[in-house]
Amino acid sequence: MLAYIIRRVFQSLLVLLVVGLVAFSMFRFVGDPIDNMLGQERTQADIDRLRTTLGLDQPFVVQYAKFLGNAAQGNFGVSYRQGRPVATIIAERAPATLELALVSGSLALVVGIGLGVFTAIRQGGIASNVIMTTSLIGVSLPTFLIGILLIYIFSVSLGWLPSFGRGDTVQLGGWSTGFLTSSGLKALILPSITLGLYQMTLIMRLVRSEMLEVLRQDYIRFARARGLRERSVNFRHALKNTMVPVITVVGLQLGAIIAFAIITETVFQWPGVGLLFINAIQFVDIPVMAAYLMLISVMFVGINLIVDLLYFAIDPRLRIDGRHA
Amino acid sequence: MTEPVLSVRDLVVEIPTRHGLLKPVDGVSYDIARGEILGVVGESGAGKSMTGNAVIGLLDRPARIGEGEIYLNGTRIDNLSLHELRRYRGKQIGMVFQDPLTSLNPLLPIGDQLTETIQEHLGVSNSEAHNRAVAALDEVGIPAAKERIGSYPHEFSGGMRQRVVIALALCAEPSLVIADEPTTALDVSVQAQIIALLKRLCRERGMAVMLVTHDMGVIAETADRVAVMYAGKLAELGPVREVIGAPRHPYTDGLMGSTPLASKGKKRLHQIPGNMPRLGQLPTGCAFHPRCPYTQPKCKEDPGPRLKTCDGRAACWFPLDEPQATKGVA
Repeated sequence: MLAYIIRRVFQSLLVLLVVGLVAFSMFRFVGDPIDNMLGQERTQADIDRLRTTLGLDQPFVVQYAKFLGNAAQGNFGVSYRQGRPVATIIAERAPATLELALVSGSLALVVGIGLGVFTAIRQGGIASNVIMTTSLIGVSLPTFLIGILLIYIFSVSLGWLPSFGRGDTVQLGGWSTGFLTSSGLKALILPSITLGLYQMTLIMRLVRSEMLEVLRQDYIRFARARGLRERSVNFRHALKNTMVPVITVVGLQLGAIIAFAIITETVFQWPGVGLLFINAIQFVDIPVMAAYLMLISVMFVGINLIVDLLYFAIDPRLRIDGRHA
Repeated sequence: MTEPVLSVRDLVVEIPTRHGLLKPVDGVSYDIARGEILGVVGESGAGKSMTGNAVIGLLDRPARIGEGEIYLNGTRIDNLSLHELRRYRGKQIGMVFQDPLTSLNPLLPIGDQLTETIQEHLGVSNSEAHNRAVAALDEVGIPAAKERIGSYPHEFSGGMRQRVVIALALCAEPSLVIADEPTTALDVSVQAQIIALLKRLCRERGMAVMLVTHDMGVIAETADRVAVMYAGKLAELGPVREVIGAPRHPYTDGLMGSTPLASKGKKRLHQIPGNMPRLGQLPTGCAFHPRCPYTQPKCKEDPGPRLKTCDGRAACWFPLDEPQATKGVA
């Protein structure tokens, strides 16, 4: 088991290195940061000097190696635009994104699994059919459109909820939270629905189809034939078996919630790392882009590792090798 | 005579389809007494399993009980709500399925599956349920039951898993057990052990057993009485020796002729020509008449007789006499 984890961590490091390499090779196509950093009245000498100072005159492999060396020591460089350490900027922005992701992720999980189980158990019922049809909207409408629609309905027409920003936040240590103020909570509603809706419908449809498959199995019939309660049959026996394939997809989807918060954060001007990244691209702020991409890939790799470990926890059949080897 | 444990009266299972009502089980009646094993045989699709599923109320929709009555220890159970029926399942009626590889939940230790069933029906404490679970595994011949109780299904062989399934079906001490092809998915050597186990438990506990199978050998070895089904109807019902030794329905006779028996030597096996008709395309008259070697005009016109209306043993207008039944073994 431990050997497996260590092996996986090494694989993960390799993946991170490759992601970084690909990212760096692409930064040169985004644009030239020098253009934005120097004003109109610049000379060629200024440009050359700045380029040398930033190390941008070197081949990207060298730049990448330097980035890795610094990153390994916890130094992600200084933002070209803000002139402050990238680590600090991201640390400031991360709470906003993480809180948004937490709320929409929980929403997607709880509602998605709940509705998935419901529509599977009540297959063919009116409520199930209505839910299934409605869920098509969640799957097929693009995120930004959902965001804009929600803003139109709840902010512009009804005026119930704010259309942008985080509302008031409270500083807890280094963490700024919106959970403790009513305006902060109100501000969370629309963005988290926007961000979570797609994942929610996806999880729901996945849980439903897996659950229908499991409910056809012999052991479910046998559980019924033993006179167990429907609740026990559905949740203790069926749901657990449904979870194995669902966890894979759900894990990746939760990663996607953080990674693709970019769009939602842009629509709602949510001051998180996604918005930071979009602004960084416009300004060709290479240190910020590099740090963000590494952060996201660390997260995906981490989630994958957790998902693999969860398999072991749920499915005893996978533990055979570990026990007898 | 004491009251039978299970009493099925004119049971009809129907499936509504676009092309009309199909009747996979059509007017079946039988009793099973305490300590008795009733074998139910027939080809695939004859309605054997359907009958068993109807008794325990596990018909897959859209199949449903159309007519008839089912009594368990004198109580009518075919018209109970799902909620009421659930109390009978496991507690009064145990069921053993065909494939032990798929009838156990792969993610739960077998001990958990046993204790949940025991607690559901007997309402005993955790430790008492645990003790009973160990005893149940012990009784079906799982070696080192105490240690194995925490094992998962995949850690057992097929035969052992079927023993676990039987332990699960019997752990709340039901008075009736429906065993739906309990040995079909097992190795021949293991089959005999499982059959012996079922037989022993039936004797010891005085359970009624409905043994559904297509294996005549298993029936001959195990059952007290046998019910032969054909196209949803009972063709013949009687004590196993008589039915096997001197079949009176031509279909039973044909079945016997097609079963290899050591006493018959190496003669070529008899074969019933044709196939069992599909449910939507039942012939007029007796359903067996197109394949019957003794067909007479009456068989083609008058609907097949039910057991009650003839001599009570073979549902045939012209049952075979004792001497005519030469293909079987005496």
